Amino acid sequence: MRSPRSLVGGSPASQYTVDFDGRALPAQEGQSIAAVLWSAGILAWRTTRDGGAPRGAFCGIGSCYDCLVTVNGRPNQRACLVPAQEGDTVTTQEGTGHAELAV
Amino acid sequence: MPSSPSDRPAADPADPAGPAAAADLAVVGAGPAGLAAAVTAAGLGLRVTVLDTGERPGGQFYRHPAPGLGAARPEALHHAWPDFATREAALRAHVSAGRITYLPGHHVWTVVARQTAWTLHAVAGDEGAAATVTARAVLLATGAYERQLPFPGWTLPGVVGAGGAQAMLKAGLVLPGRRIVVAGSGPLLLAVAGSLAAAGASVPAVVEASAYTAYAGKAAALLRNPAKLAEGATYGGALLRHRIRLLTRHAVTEAHGTDRVEAVTVARLDRDWRPLPGTARRIPCDALAVGHGLVPQLELATGLGCATRRSPDGTVALDLAADGRTSVPGVWSAGETGGIGGAGLAITEGEIAAHAIAGRSVPTALTRRRSRLRAFADAMAAAHRPGPRWTGWLRDDAVVCRCEEVPAGRIREAAEDLGARDARTVKLLTRAGMGWCQGRMCGPAVAALAGGSAASTDAAPDRRPLSCPVPLRHLAGLPADLPAEHSAELPGADG
Ligand SMILES: Cc1cc2nc3c(=O)[nH]c(=O)nc-3n(C[C@H](O)[C@H](O)[C@H](O)COP(=O)(O)OP(=O)(O)OC[C@H]3O[C@@H](n4cnc5c(N)ncnc54)[C@H](O)[C@@H]3O)c2cc1C
Ligand code: FES
Repeated sequence: MRSPRSLVGGSPASQYTVDFDGRALPAQEGQSIAAVLWSAGILAWRTTRDGGAPRGAFCGIGSCYDCLVTVNGRPNQRACLVPAQEGDTVTTQEGTGHAELAV
Repeated sequence: MPSSPSDRPAADPADPAGPAAAADLAVVGAGPAGLAAAVTAAGLGLRVTVLDTGERPGGQFYRHPAPGLGAARPEALHHAWPDFATREAALRAHVSAGRITYLPGHHVWTVVARQTAWTLHAVAGDEGAAATVTARAVLLATGAYERQLPFPGWTLPGVVGAGGAQAMLKAGLVLPGRRIVVAGSGPLLLAVAGSLAAAGASVPAVVEASAYTAYAGKAAALLRNPAKLAEGATYGGALLRHRIRLLTRHAVTEAHGTDRVEAVTVARLDRDWRPLPGTARRIPCDALAVGHGLVPQLELATGLGCATRRSPDGTVALDLAADGRTSVPGVWSAGETGGIGGAGLAITEGEIAAHAIAGRSVPTALTRRRSRLRAFADAMAAAHRPGPRWTGWLRDDAVVCRCEEVPAGRIREAAEDLGARDARTVKLLTRAGMGWCQGRMCGPAVAALAGGSAASTDAAPDRRPLSCPVPLRHLAGLPADLPAEHSAELPGADG
């Protein structure tokens, strides 16, 4: 079956696992956190502040902030931009914390 | 061509940062426009600093997998890959030779005039470290993001931007689902559908709100652009090959599902994009890639007071001279900031601006190519401009502002009962557009609901004093002479 990887002839330099809410997900070196989650069929990793609705990546390029996630204890990381690293612990983010940022 | 050092503009001794620190040119953005401008300018002898949010050059069009993914054929997801590859090689060569300083992972959040030079403030890396660059001229090549017109269910997981799906595919080699409907408006949809299908997804339909017959009146612009016709034919061929249905004058008016999208409703539209009763049908899918064209990303430029114009698709773009000059002396721009037009046009404009900034005459071939491609882009933009009645599919309970979860009903109420006439008043009354994305996703919709008329998505340029979230400590560290309201009194797009 055709896949994105077969299309570009990809052979990742290394593969490792990333922990997502206690689940070990396979990651390929160079993928963003959002890409690792999409590869595992996971489309939502945040719930909204008011409605508690599930959200994940939408714009894919860092402009919508819908993909916010907690990475290694740091909240509000844009999963579509942050590269997944070996040993990362990713946790679902509930609500959005505006705490540290000005906008 | 490399030129002798004497061709460089003389270093300015009054420059506060000192001649060693000030570049001749700072380029913001390493997409097709910024990359082409930087290597051309460096080739003409300028010392150039390039700052780009991305980790690799290429911008939105030449987005490609990280080296770690080991893609043997990155070009499989692009056309005209050599256009990028030669310029990327030139970038590396200029960096090694010390003519270009390339700063990936740098997000410029404001540009400030400092006597004879400009200071660019950026946040760098995932720790958000502060970085500044000083340069005598600035070229803004910040590109665009997608225009989204909301509909009930568009916040469901699995509903993603059409360009977003393309970006995730190109960079991460991933798909949001196996059966993906592609919808919205504009030529990007065809490219996206072709890529998704080539990567193994099934695409039951491309749902395009405009009628391609809108191109009919634009035969002249089309005929002057045989390459664009060929590109269209390639996309058309891909649709046929993958058996993808193209439904024109149709829109997705609702996405269904609880935890993720499971189906979409597609309806036929009238000329004004009003859904026609009785035409709705359901298409099962596990993802929807949707977008209605692109919106120029202008906050740095409008923050500096650069004049804007209304593009034929209703978006606001920079008003540029043919050589890329903005209305602010010393500030230039190229690519989609000046109106949506594709990678080929962006490259051409980058090269033109580089010549002009270096004080060289611009090769005629470039100016001809630019006007030909701009004419085509304008024709295309007009053809895909949202119809005034698209809000007909926006039920009152549908979320419009994704960040602040503001439904359409509340915005209508602010406009109809409380008299809000523009997006800014609506924002104050409802919080629509006040969240993380600063209205990038809901701006066109809020403007349409507030205007309530054929003004549709026509909005004054959004004012965002900062182009990205900035740690408070960096704001506190800004020099006190930063103009307090440098985004005030923008020249409106209508003059
Ligand atoms: C999500 C998306 C997907 C697209 N996919 C396709 C496609 O598949 N096919 C196609 O033909 N066209 C596509 N396009 C259109 C394509 O973007 C343009 O045709 C082309 O890339 C325009 O080139 P540019 O240099 O003007 O801008 P861009 O390519 O958008 O480059 C702008 C660059 O500036 C950077 N930048 C922006 N703001 C800042 C800042 N403040 N500080 C530092 N850096 C900054 C960005 O990160 C980016 O690298 C897509 C557009 C989008 C938004
Ligand atoms: S998906 Fe939009 S910011 Fe990450």
